[in-house]
Amino acid sequence: MNISLLLAANSIAFGGLLFLLSAGFSLIFGLMRIPNLTHGSLFMLGAYFGVSLIALGLGFWPAAIVAAFGVAVFGGLVERLLLRRLPGAELAQVLVTLGLSFMIADFSLMWWGGDPISIDTPRALRGATFVAGLGFPTYRIAVIMIAVIVAAALWALLDWTRLGAMIRAGVDDPEMARIVGIRVSRLFTIVFSLGAGLAGFAGVIGGPILSVYPGLDQDMLPLALVVVILGGSGSLIGSFIGSFVVAFLYNFGQAMLPELAYVVLFLPMLVVLVVRPEGLFGRAAP
Amino acid sequence: MRRLALAFGLLVLATLPFWVGNSYYTNIASQILLYAVFALGLNVLVGYAGLVSLGHAGLFGIAAYTGALLINSGAGHLLAILGALGVTLLAAAAFAMLSLRGTGLGFVMITVALGQIVWGVAYRWISITNGDNGVSIATRPAPFGLTLATAPGFYWASLVVFLVSLGAIAVFAASPFGISLRGTRDQPRRMNALGYHVWMIRFLAFLFSGLWSGVAGMLFLYYNQFVSPQSVALTSSAEVLLMVIAGGTGTLLGPFAGAALVVIMKNVASAYIERWNFVLGAIFVAIVIFMPEGLVPGSLRFWRWTLTRLRPRRPAAVATPVRAPLPNREGGA
Repeated sequence: MNISLLLAANSIAFGGLLFLLSAGFSLIFGLMRIPNLTHGSLFMLGAYFGVSLIALGLGFWPAAIVAAFGVAVFGGLVERLLLRRLPGAELAQVLVTLGLSFMIADFSLMWWGGDPISIDTPRALRGATFVAGLGFPTYRIAVIMIAVIVAAALWALLDWTRLGAMIRAGVDDPEMARIVGIRVSRLFTIVFSLGAGLAGFAGVIGGPILSVYPGLDQDMLPLALVVVILGGSGSLIGSFIGSFVVAFLYNFGQAMLPELAYVVLFLPMLVVLVVRPEGLFGRAAP
Repeated sequence: MRRLALAFGLLVLATLPFWVGNSYYTNIASQILLYAVFALGLNVLVGYAGLVSLGHAGLFGIAAYTGALLINSGAGHLLAILGALGVTLLAAAAFAMLSLRGTGLGFVMITVALGQIVWGVAYRWISITNGDNGVSIATRPAPFGLTLATAPGFYWASLVVFLVSLGAIAVFAASPFGISLRGTRDQPRRMNALGYHVWMIRFLAFLFSGLWSGVAGMLFLYYNQFVSPQSVALTSSAEVLLMVIAGGTGTLLGPFAGAALVVIMKNVASAYIERWNFVLGAIFVAIVIFMPEGLVPGSLRFWRWTLTRLRPRRPAAVATPVRAPLPNREGGA
């Protein structure tokens, strides 16, 4: 079995997960200029919701969808009740989201305990699929397909629908969008919920690969940050490509230089910052 | 009046080990002082430069780790301290060059990422940093033959370092450079048009802030005689940011008040409840929502408001200048 081929397949699957996580982060950052430091916590919260729902007897996929919905509602509430009060105050938003992430982390530790919990792979997707004589874990192929479907759906939503056009207008110039009658504040809630829901969904989907443990939030948040710094904020294609770059570096870095995996991961970020501070697909900040 | 209060405060601080009478409380006071130095350093960036860094625990940790590794490889304390501060300055320069590529939110996100790199190295590079187990050192230094091994001895040493840092930052803030730094915070474009090199001013402020974070890191190392990835984590950066914000940004004594509040809360809270992080998060949210300008200015505002309520109105009342709420700072250069 070719190790680097397997690593590559795992990297692609991990990249798909990262995309689900960072697409929402990037949209929230691009549209609302909110650095949502709870994003890793939303991912973890989704995974824990999934664990509880499966323990209640729900199937894997219904649990993933219900968990995503639950996290989306939670995100919407956070936006409505807290972030809404702090328009334009970046420092305050950083602090509130950071404070919330500590609260979520501690609450999860209290509720679900400190031991890692793994989510069982759905039965239909266990085992390996043979492609050109090489076996790949079926579940990871499914994750890749889900990521591609979600990416296509998001792209269609942003490019082809009225809502997408309004979101793009809001990203480009929120004041102008308001003047032409778009209710930007409602868009904020929708985008925040959407981003939170995607993160929660990614948490459940990632469960069989990563399992769930305290500190998962702190592991995922920097990855999402790097993806957005690499790809540029508010850019879907940027987070798509950024996710796979980060996933490859992370997996290969861990396999080859386990002690310095983190440094390897951040190197491309440094290069991008020096060469193109707005990110590969981002536009210069207004 | 002001001088009298200052002298009284100094007297109270200098005699503290005698009247608290217990090494446990003296140690808490030492912790407050060392975190106050850290918060003062971060406040140079957050308060005077308007740049919010969430990666300062990285610099703090670099100083502590460098110091510990130097001491363990046989270097003397003076060499270890100088080496640690030198390495911290270099790291601060690298941090500044990268993070100043972004402004506003970009700056915050880059500092988070940089802080996480340092954490990742401390946690994963086990052959050097000993991973999660951390690094310990055997002794505290004994400058001029004075022992720092006892609680009061260490307290006085921390007090001296704290007063030096307070003095240095007071001079810094009042100097023309400090004033131009505040100029770059409030009106970066105008400062640029006036011929100030905004980037260089911010860069130097970052170095100065990093230097005091490094000093605090060394104090931390000597206080605990131990350093682990825990003290480099994002939580640690967030704690010190909370101290700065809680005390009031851009004030001299705010960071000290914030450090005292957080350290005391942490010690008291952890005696009664296990969930310190939950409390920390809740305080963050509460302070931002209810006292956005910080506890010291917030309480002053409340105090003035009560005074004006209590005092009977006189026809020719002297108009007291009311402090305007902080303007929304523009992050862009």
